[in-house]
Amino acid sequence: MAEHGARPARRGWQWLLLIPILAPLPVGLYDRLEPRLWGIPFFYWYQVGCAFLATAVTVLVYQLSRRGRR
Amino acid sequence: MSARQVEIGTFTVLLGAMLLLGFLAARWRRPPSLHSLEEWGVGGRAFGNWVTWFLLGGSMYTAYTYIAVPALVYGVGAAGFFAVPFAIISAPLAYVISTRTWSVSHAHGFVTSAEFTRARFGSRGLAALVAVTGIVATMPYIAVQLVALRAMFATLGVTGEWPLAAAVLVASVCTFRSGLRAPALLSIAKDILLLWLVLAVILLVAMSGGWVAAFRSAGERFTADASPASGLLLPEGGWSGYLTLVIGSALAIFAYPHALTGILAARDRATVQRNAAALPVYCLALGLLAMLGFFAIGQGVRPVGGDLNTVVPQLFHEVFPAWCAGIGYAAIGVAALIPAAVMSIAAANLFTRSVYREYLRPGATPAEEARVSRWVSLLAKFGALLAILLLDQEFSIELQLIGGVIVLQTVPAVVLGLWTGWFHRYALAAGLLTGLGTGLLAMYHIPQRAADGRVLKAHFGGSNLPLAQLGLDTRATVYTGLLALAVNLLVVVAGTLLLRGLRVPAGLDATRPSDYYADARDAAPRHSDALIDGPTPSRSRSPAHAR
Repeated sequence: MAEHGARPARRGWQWLLLIPILAPLPVGLYDRLEPRLWGIPFFYWYQVGCAFLATAVTVLVYQLSRRGRR
Repeated sequence: MSARQVEIGTFTVLLGAMLLLGFLAARWRRPPSLHSLEEWGVGGRAFGNWVTWFLLGGSMYTAYTYIAVPALVYGVGAAGFFAVPFAIISAPLAYVISTRTWSVSHAHGFVTSAEFTRARFGSRGLAALVAVTGIVATMPYIAVQLVALRAMFATLGVTGEWPLAAAVLVASVCTFRSGLRAPALLSIAKDILLLWLVLAVILLVAMSGGWVAAFRSAGERFTADASPASGLLLPEGGWSGYLTLVIGSALAIFAYPHALTGILAARDRATVQRNAAALPVYCLALGLLAMLGFFAIGQGVRPVGGDLNTVVPQLFHEVFPAWCAGIGYAAIGVAALIPAAVMSIAAANLFTRSVYREYLRPGATPAEEARVSRWVSLLAKFGALLAILLLDQEFSIELQLIGGVIVLQTVPAVVLGLWTGWFHRYALAAGLLTGLGTGLLAMYHIPQRAADGRVLKAHFGGSNLPLAQLGLDTRATVYTGLLALAVNLLVVVAGTLLLRGLRVPAGLDATRPSDYYADARDAAPRHSDALIDGPTPSRSRSPAHAR
């Protein structure tokens, strides 16, 4: 058992979170109509798609940071 | 029975059942006593993965979001979609930020971020300033929830203000009695209705021509109205405004008191982290409902009485079978009452811990704190109700816009303070006030323009400042909140350097580096005031019931 508030060992993985944080920020790159998905312009489906990316990366970071701690 | 009567009937029955549930919530996982802020204000810090997820979804994705975002998309197109990327990036940010907040709050027994500021920077004046800023920013946020609810009643054709007053009264009694347990339990029930609504929307879009048709008619309308601000894509020079609004709103979430309340109610660090991973699921619902704005254009929906907030309810009425529209109304109605409850609890806790206990009654017992918070939460809700009934509702919406800008000014103390105690307390206070001044001044100079460029309103017409007003030759805009935050930070850094150079005593930092990693299995909470003033046995909590 960790002592009070021991600094978690594997915190470096947290930097991976920069990927989903930065993904919706380059507005100029995704402010376009094509390619469309089910008739939805790229602008919209790309941003909604970032939600999947955010969940995937966060789950990965969570698992990687936990590994080997217990 | 007419379709309207079926809609109203379904809505009333579901809303009534929900509120009954909230009333009974006090009995749910009943602690020995609800008479402390640990229990009433943050649910005993005992919520697991699921309850926390529902509660966070219920308090951050408000009815105003589900109504105003599609309304904005209906009105201007792409620029209204900013809520989606903002919600998405706030989740990975929460993984890092909220985990630290949770730990230090757990270690010290904080129920608000203002208390953290007091412990970190050793200044109760700064804490009070942060608390008051938080309360002022939250009040109009409660009011706009009621604006959303009122738009629903207006679409249903219910006249008079009594339904709104009745809903607020019942919801207030629930909160008064059950504390945070009421909105937590309601959030679970609300999400069942919301899931139904999302499935119904997907089916509906699929059956009526899909997105192809919706975006085609929306594109045609935006071409026809020839407004420079609207379109399927961002207007020329609109990138900077969009980007700064996304970043500013995402940071503001970590400064808004109500978002923190749900985080603090989590059981341990892992619960907060797992929730950060699961929260983007709500973004999918938000994205879908936002695009409903385009769908409404395609269906030829016209807002009731010119109020864009009625677009979504009106769409439900026109395209759903009556009973299904009733479910949609109930989902949004409860989605208005849940955040209103959480916000009023958060505002009340701020007042109790950072103003009442610090300045009015230093020796307040936990029972007294809970009693004060209960009454203040009631006051907050009825204050918001009165503000809408007596003042113009446009005024509340304007105030909510300003609220986002001003709450952002507490970011240096509340968010950056999690990583550094270097800032000087006076510099933080000066920065906060300068930021508030800058933000208000900038917003005062933003006019609201109609599609043809006519000025509708000379002041407080929006939150994005055209850079041309600063003398730059560009059509780009920037979110006022972020601009004010930059000025704020400049003052904080310069002020800290100056004050440290002059050897003006900084406050005592009562937190230890390890506090920021503390977890549930670590020692029972210590109160920071116990560290400063010596132990006060009456205020220590009994952790036995927490699990």
